[in-house]
Amino acid sequence: MERVAVIGVGQTKYEKGKKQNFSEMVYEVTTKALKDAEITTREIDNIVSVSSDFWDGRTISCMAIQDAAGAFGKDTSTVEGDGTFGALYGMMRILSGSFGVTLVVAHHKGSESSMSGITNTAFDPLVERKLGIDAISSAALQARRYMTATGVTERQCALVSVKNHGNAMRNPLAQLPMEITVEDVMNSEVLASPLKKLDCSPVTDGACALVLAAEREAKKLSTNKKRVWLMGVGHCSDAYRLGDRDLADTRALEEASESAYEMAGVGPEEIDLAEVYDAFSYMELMWLEGLGLCEEGMSGEYMERGYFNMGGEIPINPSGGRLSSNPVQVAGLSEMAECVLQLRGKAGKRQVKGAKIALAHGINGMCGQSHCVFILGR
Amino acid sequence: MPFGTGENSSIEKQSEVRELGDWKDEVEEIVFPGKISVPYSWTVGSTLSKWYAQIRDDAEIWANKCAECGMVFVPPKIKCINCYRDMNEWVKLPGTGTVETFTVVSYYEPKIHPRKPPFVYAVIKMDGADTGLVHFIGGVKPEKVKVGMRVEPVFEKERQGNILDIRHFRPIA
Ligand SMILES: [Zn+2]
Repeated sequence: MERVAVIGVGQTKYEKGKKQNFSEMVYEVTTKALKDAEITTREIDNIVSVSSDFWDGRTISCMAIQDAAGAFGKDTSTVEGDGTFGALYGMMRILSGSFGVTLVVAHHKGSESSMSGITNTAFDPLVERKLGIDAISSAALQARRYMTATGVTERQCALVSVKNHGNAMRNPLAQLPMEITVEDVMNSEVLASPLKKLDCSPVTDGACALVLAAEREAKKLSTNKKRVWLMGVGHCSDAYRLGDRDLADTRALEEASESAYEMAGVGPEEIDLAEVYDAFSYMELMWLEGLGLCEEGMSGEYMERGYFNMGGEIPINPSGGRLSSNPVQVAGLSEMAECVLQLRGKAGKRQVKGAKIALAHGINGMCGQSHCVFILGR
Repeated sequence: MPFGTGENSSIEKQSEVRELGDWKDEVEEIVFPGKISVPYSWTVGSTLSKWYAQIRDDAEIWANKCAECGMVFVPPKIKCINCYRDMNEWVKLPGTGTVETFTVVSYYEPKIHPRKPPFVYAVIKMDGADTGLVHFIGGVKPEKVKVGMRVEPVFEKERQGNILDIRHFRPIA
């Protein structure tokens, strides 16, 4: 099968209360990604945009940013979900043989609306929505279920927040770089037990764009220094209703990651760094097990041993993760951008030395209903 | 192939063109407040309509069972999520269950929360079913709620045919 490469990346700074509107953010990252790829809109054949109508407060929100994405007069299509699924769709379009160089661009402005109100509408209006459940309260149900099933402690989860906010200190794009302690996390305001404020990701604005190209075009347009290959991808979904799942079970992620490893022809032991979807601190520990990056129920202990720290066995979320900046939908795409920078050796002060293979993991739906896993390599 | 041709750009020659390099630093950013309020009427469908009617009229919680894999679902399913088979076997549940996980919510979002914090959500593994029901735990101090706690439903006196006809689940004395 032909390979697909990332030949350009562009990101905004991730922050709350951005002055730019949706289009201005998309202009910024599209321009940056094209400049990074050293191409112009003329070389872009088609565009995949990623956004959510509810977050944007307008229907067909993808259409409104098409000028900004350089899609005027071109083929364009949309994914409403995490950015990893947008990259997956872009990759599939290229592999179909019908599309050339593809721009994947995601935008999000969490600070313009209500996180609680919007995530509540993700629940079934016929059943759970009336209870008022939202992203934080449903995650709290999953957090306790995971802790009960595995014995992982709140303090071990707090370590994830300490590590990721600390990593963000070395990422100029991150929203919340902070030197904090486990005590700070444990003493932060309880939102929905066992989740405290510092176990939860912030409300963030930002955008990210990737330029994807098939092997032949990638080699023509870009240099070896810039190119990063999408070696493997896998995706899988679990049941919609929370009660139909065991919330501590990571079966969908196991399926997704196994197919990604198989396609890439590598195993979890070969991963040099990973960007894992830590919308909440416990999620990083849970997903690390589902990704096969540590044995089941052991991630808390590994975290204590510094296994996932910068300089540890496998640095997890060197960017600072979603705990430090969480532009929903954009998040997974920004993880891939971070992997690209790391694999190019251009991640600045947070560079994982000698990184050759990286993993990016996105989720869609409440409590990680579906997962998309990418393996990227030089 | 660009769509626009820039034919009108000659207008610039007649009008005043000013180069404002730093205008973005000085501009006053304007924000429009807005609100979207759209009425909907969501059709509940035959499976959940039957379920809600039984809660409303008889204060009974029913589930349905897959004839192929035997899995019992509450809320009931249109089709089994494992076998993709129609679900025609209905089972009356005792209504009791066990708290599988819970959270005490301390923040308040008046637009979505039907009650004031602190309140407790739980996934209740229902006796006689293989799935959990998400609902409130009440009739007990939030700090007393535990995983594994046995609970039973408390129904509202006036019932409308929706999930809030069950006021909450309370510990079995
Ligand atoms: Zn079945």
